[in-house]
Amino acid sequence: MSKPLSKEEYDKRLFNRVNGWISGEKDPFLDNMPSDHKKEAITEEELKHLYDEEKLEVVEHVQDIDHNKVYKNFFRLYRILAVICCVTLIALLLFTVSHLPPMGESTNPAHNEVVDKYVRDGLSDTGAVNIVSGMILDYRAFDTFGESNVLFIAACTVLILMRNDKKKEKNIASAIAEEEKRYEPKSDSILQKVTFFLFPIIVIFGIYVILNGHISPGGGFSGGAIIGAAFILYSNAYGFEKTEQFFTEKTYKWVSFSALTFYCLAKSYSFYTGAHHLESGIPLGVPGAILSSGLILPLNICVGMVVACTMYGFYALFKKGGL
Amino acid sequence: MGILNWIRFMIGLSCLFLGMIIFILETIGIFRFKYVLNRMHAAAIGDTLGIGICLLGLMLLSGLNFTTFKIGLIIVFFWLASPVSSHLISRLEVTTNEHLSDVCELPENNSKEEEAV
Repeated sequence: MSKPLSKEEYDKRLFNRVNGWISGEKDPFLDNMPSDHKKEAITEEELKHLYDEEKLEVVEHVQDIDHNKVYKNFFRLYRILAVICCVTLIALLLFTVSHLPPMGESTNPAHNEVVDKYVRDGLSDTGAVNIVSGMILDYRAFDTFGESNVLFIAACTVLILMRNDKKKEKNIASAIAEEEKRYEPKSDSILQKVTFFLFPIIVIFGIYVILNGHISPGGGFSGGAIIGAAFILYSNAYGFEKTEQFFTEKTYKWVSFSALTFYCLAKSYSFYTGAHHLESGIPLGVPGAILSSGLILPLNICVGMVVACTMYGFYALFKKGGL
Repeated sequence: MGILNWIRFMIGLSCLFLGMIIFILETIGIFRFKYVLNRMHAAAIGDTLGIGICLLGLMLLSGLNFTTFKIGLIIVFFWLASPVSSHLISRLEVTTNEHLSDVCELPENNSKEEEAV
């Protein structure tokens, strides 16, 4: 077994010498000569004195803006260069714009067979009066599906990054909440009264925009954003305790999940039948009626639900670290 | 009938011009005033009176139809939402500014109000 070493022997071992060298006590190449940096170093008072002197000098000579010639010249040059840059950019852009082909010409490069197809067959293919809606939710439905998924994934990522671990940091969270209550007018009676009248109107308007997505300008994204904004207003006025009564993490999870799953299944079915030239069995209805244009209306509702939940979820996550 | 239409058109146009003048005053006010609450006052004038008169002019110009009704709803929405948001911002300034008494006169029972906040 190993026998205990004496103190001197222990000090001479390689590990100890390396350790001493790293921590700066001894120089192993110079015969155990102790290095004394500390005596050469300037004491703190001297340093402070020197610093103050230098600071005074700097303030007198450099930061004296009224009499500093370099500073003045720099700002003169800065302004002149800024104007020159702006004028050059404007001239460049105007020059480019003047060379663009005129709008609406049939020989324009943007006018190709895709646009022709959309404009000519859009109404009969999709049944949507709003051709943009027909494009994003019928011809290119998987693109919109990807966008909705991106929103969902972004919300999940924010949830991972921003969530408060309530068991560990309960005290900190409650302290932050106390601090916020002091500065934020959460129980403002004027805001509460106005929200009481405005909240239902905004939500109804959002629902209108979603349901009329295939008839008039609008659709899932814009309507969902309106509804999400209404939720944010509500939680601002009444606090998160009230919104948690109808919107929790569970609600968010199930609404997003079911909307995205329905979207995926419905559109997969429609694309499958379309690619195999089968009858999909989904009636297109009369263009312009509210119940028309096949799958576009339910898909709009799905997108709207995902967007509304994500908007409010982002706000809640950044505000309090949880839904 | 023609004369009535002309009168309606002229009144609508003058309403629009009046609204534009108020917007210009608002912009000048925002840039001329130094303190937040003064600026807020100037901005709130444009957001309520300016937009109200402009939209009133548009209502007169468009005549009696569904669009007019919608513009009326927009006026109601703006007059509900804009003053409340200005109120919230100015309230934040009042709660966070510790040297408020340097800038404006305060009522004497200010301490009670702060406690309520």
